[in-house]
Amino acid sequence: MPRVAFTRNLQRHVACPPCTVAGATVRESLDAAFALYPLARGYVLDEHGALRHHMAIFVDGEPVTDRRALSDAVPATAEIFVMQALSGG
Amino acid sequence: MSDQVLISTRKGLFSARRAGRGVWDLDSVAFLGDNVSLVQHDPRDGAWYAALDHGHFGAKLHRSRDRGATWTEIGVPAYPTPPEGHVEKDFLGREIPWRLIRFWALAPGAPSQPGLLWAGTIPGGLFRSEDHGDTWQLVESLWHMPERRKWAGGGAEAPGLHSICVDPRDGNRVAVAISSGGVWITEDLGKTWTAHTKGMRADYAPPELVEAPESQDPHHMVQCPGAPDTYWIQHHNGIFRSTDSAMTWTEITDVKPSAFGFPVVVHPKNPDTAWFVPAIKDERRIPAEGRVVVNRTRDGGRSFETLHRGLPQAWAYDLVYRHALDLDASGERLAFGSTTGSVWISENGGDDWLTLAEHLPPVHAVLFV
Repeated sequence: MPRVAFTRNLQRHVACPPCTVAGATVRESLDAAFALYPLARGYVLDEHGALRHHMAIFVDGEPVTDRRALSDAVPATAEIFVMQALSGG
Repeated sequence: MSDQVLISTRKGLFSARRAGRGVWDLDSVAFLGDNVSLVQHDPRDGAWYAALDHGHFGAKLHRSRDRGATWTEIGVPAYPTPPEGHVEKDFLGREIPWRLIRFWALAPGAPSQPGLLWAGTIPGGLFRSEDHGDTWQLVESLWHMPERRKWAGGGAEAPGLHSICVDPRDGNRVAVAISSGGVWITEDLGKTWTAHTKGMRADYAPPELVEAPESQDPHHMVQCPGAPDTYWIQHHNGIFRSTDSAMTWTEITDVKPSAFGFPVVVHPKNPDTAWFVPAIKDERRIPAEGRVVVNRTRDGGRSFETLHRGLPQAWAYDLVYRHALDLDASGERLAFGSTTGSVWISENGGDDWLTLAEHLPPVHAVLFV
């Protein structure tokens, strides 16, 4: 089952430790994680369910390609990491 | 009189209390490190609301029922999903996202409307809650109004609804002001809206649009609680006043050192008394001659006193945002905060000022509670 981990910076606002969830896509995996941490959803996704502009999701080290529908497939052993998109400065 | 002021800053919500005559001290901070864009007090039930702008994580809203001892995160407005393929652009071709960017106004409803709250946002949506902010509904009549498509961002990247005046005589009459998009009033609790900008002018607009409602860029609008036919607006183009419930507006000219600025407050009982913080307009946006001053009129704008005792009078470049000047319910105590982290308080209507802070984070808003 995929493991979902959220950036440490988010923990300051919402407690959401790493969790193992059932899901074949990024969307399904995140939905399962947000079932555990409902408040975290609005910090990661906007009101339309798309990934917030300055957030990023990596699956086994690769950034997801579908930031809107989050339809990227995830392997059963995937490590899904949700983080802030970093920019220069 | 209020003995406490809340200061919303780029890095937290600070509180200051009066310790004695002319003595105020910072005494606590909440949300330290977080961007607190606005705080509002609901006099009907004593609740406080703090709007946070987390940047990466979006805009959030918190409520306190114990005057800031504890805070609980509550609901936030959600914009509707636009029709498939719909990309909205302002008249300059910039995209207007249907997405909550920032809270820019919070206002409680009338005493006869318990639980009713209004929220103004960037990119221009007005939202209403009937359950003390737990859930929010978009005021669709305003959002889907064709004229709304002519609103545009000014200093911000998208239009922002920053002023909400709930008429103390009738909570169904609500006036809102948008930067940039004019003044719109509902008489029926948000079902229908009409423009109320007659008499305003926007010199910065193309000639044929100088008087168009959507061209008007009110920076802040207030209504006198004790004489609610009177409204004041600090507009991009200058100062405007209405004494007929916003049916018509009169420009106040010949204001020194400048008629430009962002905030305005009006006396709670005397509609002819209002305060402004003038600045050099447009490209500069700094105090004139490096002097921080407050302008006060007590005769409906016929004349202004430029108040400066206790304020820095040289090498000062403090800009004061639209929500960063407040007046307490007595009309005697004023506070304002600046982009460079200074906060000043007056206990005598602005005649004399004391420095509360000089090194806070940039101040977005101040509020007596």
